[in-house]
Amino acid sequence: MNRLMERYLRLDALPTLFCAGCGNGIIQYAAISAIENLGIRKDTALVSGIGCSSWIPCYLNMDVMHTTHGRALAFAQGLKLARPGKKVIVFTGDGDCLAIGGNHLLHACKRNIDITVILVNNHIYGMTGGQKSPATPENAVTKTSPFGAYDEPMQGAEIAMSLGATYVARWTAAHPVQLQKSIEAGIKHKGFSLIEVISQCPTQSGKSVYGNKDPAFIINYLKQNSFIYKEGMEEPSGRIKCGILLHDNDKPEYIERMENKTEQYRKRL
Amino acid sequence: MEPQLAEPSPKGSRKVILQGNEACAKAAIYAGCRFFAGYPITPSTEIIEFLSSEMISVGGTFIQMEDEIASACAIVGARWGGKKAMTATSGPGFTLMQETIGYAAVTETPVVIVNVQRGGPSTGQPTMSSQQDIYQVKYGSHGDYEIIAMTPSSVQEMYDFTIRAFELSEKFRTPVILLADEVVGHMREKVTIYEGEKAIRGGHRNYVVSPQEDFYTGGNCLVEGQLHDEEGMRIGHLPSKSGEFIRSICGKIQNHIDEIQDVQSYFMEDADIAILAYGSVSRSALNAVKQAKGIKLSADEKEGKLRFLKKLVRKKSAEQNPYSHLNVGLIKVNTVWPFPEKQIRRLAAKCRYVFVPEMNNGKYCREIERCLKECKVISLPKIGGEMHSPAELLESIAKEVKEDE
Repeated sequence: MNRLMERYLRLDALPTLFCAGCGNGIIQYAAISAIENLGIRKDTALVSGIGCSSWIPCYLNMDVMHTTHGRALAFAQGLKLARPGKKVIVFTGDGDCLAIGGNHLLHACKRNIDITVILVNNHIYGMTGGQKSPATPENAVTKTSPFGAYDEPMQGAEIAMSLGATYVARWTAAHPVQLQKSIEAGIKHKGFSLIEVISQCPTQSGKSVYGNKDPAFIINYLKQNSFIYKEGMEEPSGRIKCGILLHDNDKPEYIERMENKTEQYRKRL
Repeated sequence: MEPQLAEPSPKGSRKVILQGNEACAKAAIYAGCRFFAGYPITPSTEIIEFLSSEMISVGGTFIQMEDEIASACAIVGARWGGKKAMTATSGPGFTLMQETIGYAAVTETPVVIVNVQRGGPSTGQPTMSSQQDIYQVKYGSHGDYEIIAMTPSSVQEMYDFTIRAFELSEKFRTPVILLADEVVGHMREKVTIYEGEKAIRGGHRNYVVSPQEDFYTGGNCLVEGQLHDEEGMRIGHLPSKSGEFIRSICGKIQNHIDEIQDVQSYFMEDADIAILAYGSVSRSALNAVKQAKGIKLSADEKEGKLRFLKKLVRKKSAEQNPYSHLNVGLIKVNTVWPFPEKQIRRLAAKCRYVFVPEMNNGKYCREIERCLKECKVISLPKIGGEMHSPAELLESIAKEVKEDE
């Protein structure tokens, strides 16, 4: 086993629940590499909701809170507010974050609270057996969209940007190095950061989204059908927009604002 | 066992006039609560309003969340960050919090949740009182778990029980509900409050299964909502271990019921009729008992009462007391859950009748019926948002007793 993995994993919890070829391992490795590079293991807590991606932190030997469906951000904000000097990283999925947890995402982004979210988008409800999620592409046939999905899929990164997040990036599981760098940048960023990762779910979205259950095929597909966005460039249509989509250092962070506002009150006492 | 109410702080105490909701908020500060997350809802709003500045004064954290779901989640998160935490709400918000109450029960997280009850169902009666959540407080979240719930009937009890709620939640590592109602939330009374901060000790390791280290202390603590073992590892797929886990989180409360329970009795020594009441209704019940006994209200109680009530009492005691034949006492249940079955059975052992007045359709009385087989248990429900008056209670009791004779 990889040395770094060995130091971070709860070895007695293995094997993981993840299917063969799942993207979760790539994301898990990117996250622990980022944590290790920043040297913040003891000062970091991981919070997750419900779904396949929310199991990523549960195998790590760190402070972990595996919470209820959609609520990871609400628990995480309580934890962050209680310990403003410490780091909180949230692992969530497209269903967890964009459907049931949508309201919490809205308010966490708007507050620009200093939390880093890793939004693992596999376009489907994997754990329950392959039902349509808010991010399922149009026309995808899933267990609950037998005639092909007719909702317009939600774009996690763009939604976070529109709601007030101040560091937003998107990568795919085929961009592990860039992903790790973005996670590092997101953690260092003072404010709400969201890194969306388009991840393969060979078991569920393989057939319904990509028409092929082979993980290697999907990874290749993600590589070939994505582009790295640079400011001002002409964007090719129909391809996954990757890269650092927003990095705003000017907007004040929530706890800073809170402390500035209450400082005068405290002084008067 | 005598209830362990708040001990006077070494820094002293003072008497003030407070509203019930304010008293609850002040008690939370005294109990060491340093994190409040909430969402405004009538009739609990004064708690969130008061703490929005008071929490800052004591160096704590206050946040108004986007809804009650997030509020409940945030206090659980904050507790793992090492801060004692509370939220306050009413019926509709309490319904939304059930998910997280279950999570707190299963992860053995000590938090205090205040439910200032209003009339339901749904939006119901925002400004009126009720005791309709008496079962929801115990059975509201899915699955098997036990809950501790306290029902204050005065502003002093709003204060004392809030402190006790923090003590119990820390000791047994479990969510504790302060099940108040609009009447006690909004009334103003003289109350003794304490200065400083009470040191509340944490729980005994023997009570819990789950990992318990606060975050960022190097404990690598895995807080897991699925049934889990001592390391936090999931055991939900293992039937025997899962059963053991459920027995443990229920047992830590059921097996310590003698320590948790708080049931008071008034004039029950030789009574053959009991009124069993909880929350604000027990005030009317006590008043009814005293009227039947021809006892004038004590000077202390008189102070806060309206003038016409004094006149009424004087008049009644001057005339023939129509209820003097009723040998009635009061059983006042302060910890409605876990159900203090043994204590109630002991107090009501000699009773022919037990009357259970409640501001709902008659709920808790079913629990009483189940445990008292030897006597007649009569439900006195009242819905619509108003409390039973003492006269109403005495009339109902006299009527029932007369019918039987």
